[in-house]
Amino acid sequence: MTHAQEHTSHTKLIWKVFAILSVITIVEVALGITKPAALYLTKFLGTSPLNIIFLVLTIVKAYYITWFFMHMADEKKGLRRAVVWTAVFLIIFLATLLLIEGSYINDILGPLTKWNY
Amino acid sequence: MEVTIPTENNGTSWKGGNEKPLGASYGKMMMWFFILSDALTFSGFLGAYGLMRFKFHDSWPIADEVFTHFPFLHGFHAPMYYVALMTFILIFSSVTMVLAVDAGHQMNKKKVTFYMLLTILGGAIFLGSQAWEWKNFINGTYGAVKLNDGKIIQFIDATGEQITLESFVKSLPSERTRHTENKGLWFVKEAKLPPFTLNEVVESFKSNPAISIRTELINPETKAKTIIPHSEAMGFLNEAKSVVMGANLRENEYGKTLFANFFFFITGFHGFHVLSGVIINIIIFFNVIIGTYERRGHYEMVEKVGLYWHFVDLVWVFVFTFFYLV
Repeated sequence: MTHAQEHTSHTKLIWKVFAILSVITIVEVALGITKPAALYLTKFLGTSPLNIIFLVLTIVKAYYITWFFMHMADEKKGLRRAVVWTAVFLIIFLATLLLIEGSYINDILGPLTKWNY
Repeated sequence: MEVTIPTENNGTSWKGGNEKPLGASYGKMMMWFFILSDALTFSGFLGAYGLMRFKFHDSWPIADEVFTHFPFLHGFHAPMYYVALMTFILIFSSVTMVLAVDAGHQMNKKKVTFYMLLTILGGAIFLGSQAWEWKNFINGTYGAVKLNDGKIIQFIDATGEQITLESFVKSLPSERTRHTENKGLWFVKEAKLPPFTLNEVVESFKSNPAISIRTELINPETKAKTIIPHSEAMGFLNEAKSVVMGANLRENEYGKTLFANFFFFITGFHGFHVLSGVIINIIIFFNVIIGTYERRGHYEMVEKVGLYWHFVDLVWVFVFTFFYLV
């Protein structure tokens, strides 16, 4: 961001981002309450398509908050990459290992759990 | 050998000179790296939650059946409405925060003050809402029975809807009262007794063939908990250990105790971040009023605190997804 731009107001952009975040949240809540059977009871990539939609929408929301509310878009490339790439890489790494391990434990433990008395 | 001695420092740069390798002041850059490390902390917690959820994914409590309260709508089944409202409150307080930062860039003290005040109010309302959510979760809705091996049995009517213990349990004459210090051993304490004894629940269940039970096990076809017909239910209730009302760190009427543990820990840790954010916002708010930043010539402090506040919102977006939606 150049010095001259720094003093112009971004109010319009802020309200636009707020509108986007609100619409996404409303869509998420509406889907979460209605749970359409076609999305909720089917399987896609190891989980239901509904869960994938929720994850994608969450990441979209995170992008808008980081880029426009936290002004990451205006930071230098170096700072942006130092923060975003580090977080994205480590979180994907951790989540992948933990979730694979979790479903492995379920495969082993699940059949041993007693459900009839 | 020449030595470079910094001659000028405009207060926003690194203390060692005017080099700004990443184009940000020292304070702002360090706020970003603090946020990065805090984000990794939260990922660790949510990752642990994910591990346990995958481990028990065939018997994990269904969030829609846990959080169903809305203020002033008593007995109305309102899944997610309340938490959606909380999300909006937090997003809106993020908007007012970024408007305060924007006003700070224009050196508009009045606007910064106003928007900071709105942000603080939003944060306080969110904290109050979370306390109410906790209260409902701790007090519970329906009541359930815990078996000897820790599994939770809930009661349903003929249509398959969950029913409260009050709706079918009849009190029997009983001598049992809560143990307090003045009634026996002064060093032995007892938690509040559940509203009904186990015997009352089991006897009332036997005498009412219209009701039935369900286990925590989720049918993958319908994603609903498994219903056990009344005739087979006594096999489960013969194993019953205690009546559970509400949720705490030791038991949870909605299902897995782990769910309560993670819920209290992660939303509690997030709530603590909101609380510290509100306190920092209040400090900055008063600094704005007394003109500290006006004299300093820039409102960068509002920007830095704003970063933290947006981060709290960012974390909530993920907590919302993983506890209420997925």
